[in-house]
Amino acid sequence: MNAPAGKPLVDLLRQARVVAALREFMPAASVLFEAEDTRPYECDGLSAYRQVPMVVALPSTEAEVARILATCHALDVPVVPRGAGTGLSGGALPMGDGVLLSLAKFNRILSVDTAARTARVEPGVRNLAISEAVAHLGLYYAPDPSSQIACSIGGNVAENSGGVHCLKYGLTVNNVLRVRGYTIEGEAVEFGSEAPDAPGYDLLAAVVGSEGMLAVTVEVTVRLVPRPERAQVILASFDSVEKAGDAVAAVIGAGIIPAGLEMMDKAATAAVEQFVRAGYDLDAAAILLCESDGTPEEVEEEIGRMKAVLGRSGATRLAVSQSEAERLNAWAGRKAAFPAVGRISPDYYCMDGTIPRKALSTILAFIAQMEAKYGLRCPNVFHAGDGNLHPLILFDANDPDQLHRTEEFANEVLLKCIELGGTVTGEHGVGIEKINQMCVQFAPAELALFRALKAAFDPKGLLNPQKNIPTLHRCAEFGRMHVRGGELPHPELPRF
Amino acid sequence: MTWAGLVDAVKSAGAHGRALRVRGGGSKDFYGQALEGDVLDTRAVRGIVAHEPTELVLTARGGTPLAEVEDVLARAGQMLPFEPPHFGPGATIGGAVAAGLAGPRRAATNGYTGAIRDFVLGVTLLDGRGEVLRFGGRVMKNVAGYDVSRLIAGSMGTLGVILEVSLKVLPRPPAACTLRLALPDPARAIEQLNAWGGMPLPLTASAYRDGDLALRLEGAESAVKAACRRIGGERVDDAAAAAFWTGMREQTDPFFSLPGALWRVAVPSTAVPLGLPGAQLVEWGGALRWLKGDADAALVRREALRAGGHATLFRGGDKAVGVFTALDPVKARIHARLKAAFDPARVFNRGRMYAEL
Ligand SMILES: Cc1cc2nc3c(=O)[nH]c(=O)nc-3n(C[C@H](O)[C@H](O)[C@H](O)COP(=O)(O)OP(=O)(O)OC[C@H]3O[C@@H](n4cnc5c(N)ncnc54)[C@H](O)[C@@H]3O)c2cc1C
Repeated sequence: MNAPAGKPLVDLLRQARVVAALREFMPAASVLFEAEDTRPYECDGLSAYRQVPMVVALPSTEAEVARILATCHALDVPVVPRGAGTGLSGGALPMGDGVLLSLAKFNRILSVDTAARTARVEPGVRNLAISEAVAHLGLYYAPDPSSQIACSIGGNVAENSGGVHCLKYGLTVNNVLRVRGYTIEGEAVEFGSEAPDAPGYDLLAAVVGSEGMLAVTVEVTVRLVPRPERAQVILASFDSVEKAGDAVAAVIGAGIIPAGLEMMDKAATAAVEQFVRAGYDLDAAAILLCESDGTPEEVEEEIGRMKAVLGRSGATRLAVSQSEAERLNAWAGRKAAFPAVGRISPDYYCMDGTIPRKALSTILAFIAQMEAKYGLRCPNVFHAGDGNLHPLILFDANDPDQLHRTEEFANEVLLKCIELGGTVTGEHGVGIEKINQMCVQFAPAELALFRALKAAFDPKGLLNPQKNIPTLHRCAEFGRMHVRGGELPHPELPRF
Repeated sequence: MTWAGLVDAVKSAGAHGRALRVRGGGSKDFYGQALEGDVLDTRAVRGIVAHEPTELVLTARGGTPLAEVEDVLARAGQMLPFEPPHFGPGATIGGAVAAGLAGPRRAATNGYTGAIRDFVLGVTLLDGRGEVLRFGGRVMKNVAGYDVSRLIAGSMGTLGVILEVSLKVLPRPPAACTLRLALPDPARAIEQLNAWGGMPLPLTASAYRDGDLALRLEGAESAVKAACRRIGGERVDDAAAAAFWTGMREQTDPFFSLPGALWRVAVPSTAVPLGLPGAQLVEWGGALRWLKGDADAALVRREALRAGGHATLFRGGDKAVGVFTALDPVKARIHARLKAAFDPARVFNRGRMYAEL
């Protein structure tokens, strides 16, 4: 499954031509093509898909980025941008006949404007590095993906990444003011502005979440927000996942927007507690992490209201963090959920569907059925407040049958999310991974419009092609297979 | 006209190369470049399709009166967080989304804030070929495909007819208080607004004119009280405060009746007071500068650009200078291709935004 079947070997002539063209303006050390040098780029966080790129380009200046793009455009060579490579949908999966463009060297924070509460940063800057750099000013960058110690802001923009505090503070799209970049033709372009409501269509909204398919980002201006004076988190235990799900609706229904509202089931807390001593209630069928932030008065008042609602919703235990250390520890557990699960199973597969909140217990019951049907365990962590699910299917990739069952399991869950009025991806992106399910979520005319939108930025279709938006041909194949009662044979590409 | 009627009208206009002017209540007819084509009235496609308060989502047909949407939300203790201006009794939700305008709350500093585009979760769009397309949905997070729903916000009806829209809504803040402060020096006032913006205060609106600053604080009762004590100034009684902010939002405040054209200059919030002739009103913590008077268009645009922003000829004046700030060639090309993708025969709102679209 590691190399897509039937891939031709590297076209050596083409490779030599591209390397020569790039080395005309780049140092040799920044243009890699030997297998041992390009191998580290063969996959992103979705390691089941691998493809060694034909060439890796490591520019260190904007002028180089522009020329790489113009050169590849002239030579009809596809380009795949890459940030930190933590993506979970194969968005940065290279192409065997293309250039992998790493933005890793663009790792400087260019300026911080304390009065305007903005920071201008290069795309390779790590998400957490921004908040760390402005902490002494009492400010921070709100979207906090669990991968924030590693993932880059350029990748966050490309995926419209979310985090545990996005319910109240918004996603990447709500916290980025301006993106500067280059089109595949190597032309400079700017989306959004530091002033509100940039003229024309909201191209910034189109570019955020576009999976690196519309332009290559070289600079991002982010909005910073004042660090709340105080924050406290409630750990609420429930004796059933349904009750925990209903409690989520009750909190929102009471007119409260928690700073964070996350859920973990028993299997997830058990895995996490072995890895990080987060102090979770291991007897609970599910726990909620419900956070309040603001002024001390506000937090005190809101924590009181939250406790009352959670209590009425049947919480069996309520523990409120009594110090910043305790609070951070509670979140450290949640943020370590993926790696923690990674330690109890040889492999895990993370889903990312989103559903209307009211369908939480329905989808949970469905996932439980699927665990039985496929004989695989599936701990659950959720951005419950947003209805964004991360079921984690545990499997062993060395066992082809487990792998196959995992694929089937995941496909059924994603289709169920669509059926419940949701989406196949809330924050990880479609990439190469969920491209087949796009055929179910969108009608052919909608997919055609997506393709036309891409062509408006990239008429030749050279910037990260084959991701996100399926071709009609691919849908025809998947559609046929889907109609045959969910029996999925192996197409030419592995599905995750 | 029904939903199907709209589809037929669009198909027929496309086939005959005719232009259509998409119109709800006509409350924003004044806004944008020339109006061209036969009116395509969206108001028959109306009604709230879904609103479940615990989902924080409201879905309505495009022709639903904005007032109806706000009523339904108010009864559930909720609101449209972007506080859209109506500019007339007939305003529709589809028109509000297409115009992309937000009111005083746009620059709120507590929690999740923003423009209409920040709250659009999904649209059902009738494109220029007469196809009904659905993008986004009714869930809070969705990154499947490109974010067409947000792109539609503020596109001035040039990309399609909004048949249905789903919006994220928020609970109304439990407590509110408006303060007035005297700050004679405009430069100082802008610095002060930005300084407060960097503090954890529940500021949800600001308006500054002629040395007089009004601030609205909203949130938990205790937080509003504490912030009022911290900021000082004089508390405005609640009824007068509500009327004042409505006057800002609807432009019925006396400022907007001063003579001359109305320019909307958007700048980074820290930009120093603009050196332009005419009266100025500052909103959004400094990021929005209304200019009333007869300043030369080229001068206004130069000054806006120098400050890192852009200027829109909002009302009155000579539209020949261009209502919206011109696009650079790369973006103009992307715009033209996007227009062709959604509306190849240029059926919708020809030239309403830019002459070429
Ligand atoms: C343990 C773990 C936890 C995670 N938790 C979360 C979470 O809580 N929330 C969440 O949203 N995601 C999460 N993710 C997913 C991932 O971290 C995010 O998608 C992240 O934004 C990817 O950033 P990156 O720099 O690693 O991008 P990459 O993986 O390198 O690339 C991602 C996409 O962005 C494009 N891209 C990257 N840089 C640029 C650029 N400069 N210009 C144009 N395109 C570019 C690539 O082509 C690709 O399509 C998690 C991942 C892991 C491994």
